[in-house]
Amino acid sequence: MTYSYFPGCTLKTKGKDLDRYARISATALGFELDEIPQWQCCGAVYPMSKDEIGTRLSSVRALISAKEQGRELVTLCSACHHVIKRVNGDVRNDEQIRDKVNRYLKLDDAYSGETNVLHYLEVLRDRIGFAALKEKVTNPLTGMKIGAYYGCLLLRPGKEMGFDNPENPTILEDFIRAVGADPVIYAKRNECCGGYCTIENRNYAKKQVDGIMENAKAQGAQMLITACPLCMYNLKENATDGLEVKYFTELLAQALGLKEE
Amino acid sequence: MVDFVKRISGVNPRKCMKCGKCSASCPAYDEMEYHPHQFVDMVETGRLEELMNSKGIYTCLSCFACVERCPRSVEPAKLIEAVRTAVVRQQDKTHLKPDAIPALLDDELPQQAITSAFRKYRK
Repeated sequence: MTYSYFPGCTLKTKGKDLDRYARISATALGFELDEIPQWQCCGAVYPMSKDEIGTRLSSVRALISAKEQGRELVTLCSACHHVIKRVNGDVRNDEQIRDKVNRYLKLDDAYSGETNVLHYLEVLRDRIGFAALKEKVTNPLTGMKIGAYYGCLLLRPGKEMGFDNPENPTILEDFIRAVGADPVIYAKRNECCGGYCTIENRNYAKKQVDGIMENAKAQGAQMLITACPLCMYNLKENATDGLEVKYFTELLAQALGLKEE
Repeated sequence: MVDFVKRISGVNPRKCMKCGKCSASCPAYDEMEYHPHQFVDMVETGRLEELMNSKGIYTCLSCFACVERCPRSVEPAKLIEAVRTAVVRQQDKTHLKPDAIPALLDDELPQQAITSAFRKYRK
């Protein structure tokens, strides 16, 4: 199975590991990520103002590219997923936005939100299946106690993202079980890491991250995993006494025996 | 201006039943002089000037906890974004200037952080 793939700006630079391990794991699991030609940065935050069209266009271009290939669009970075999925929802459900986007892009074939957007984790859960993934694991991470850090962008708003239960998600815990480790449930796994506010006010992000780390440690986690490069930065750089943090794809590659030690 | 904020946010502040769940959920609560439930009320009563001059509009993380948990689907984050947008769209009212960026960088900061901040703080 081949999917169109939108890596996004950070996966080509500071977040290369998130991308690299995802690609080699995909090959081992029997699906291919075909990078969209000439994709543009998604903008990293969803434009909430209804009158903004320009900030929605890069997402729409990626969605159209996948539609032209007749494929579903896979994302990996939480922010790209959040932005592209919600913009697709706007084009589908908001007549004014759909109309303006189509007029602006002067499309031969109108785009009405036909492309299905999937996060890489959704491919694992809904297309490969965690049971099938478990069978392919050659190097189970037995005994590791791992806390899933969801953050905000993958889950909320639940009605638009349709990713998992936004208050009691299970997809990352099921992933952790599939790679042979033990998931640790802690309350702050879907609290915000401080996001972009670290740029102006690092102490604000530190307060968020310290709360998350304290909570995860109290529940017995030895490591956290994330799908977001900005969460990764905040969790690593703004923690006073933090746990180790890895991208979920690195763990996946490790369990599949693809990670060079 | 109140109409502008309501229009671009798509929020009807009159739906609010003032339960305070948004403020209880908000990770930026301590960073804001007007908390999300007050914010909604102040838009409804036309106190936009105070909101536009408040520092709190730059501390909303857009984590959507208030949007998720509002029992009346008021969606306070969209109002906060609309007020901040009304400010930064004005000439010379940008909150983050490109010249300020180099001093804020470190070796690990992801591009995503800079892009997000620019999208939030300047138009």
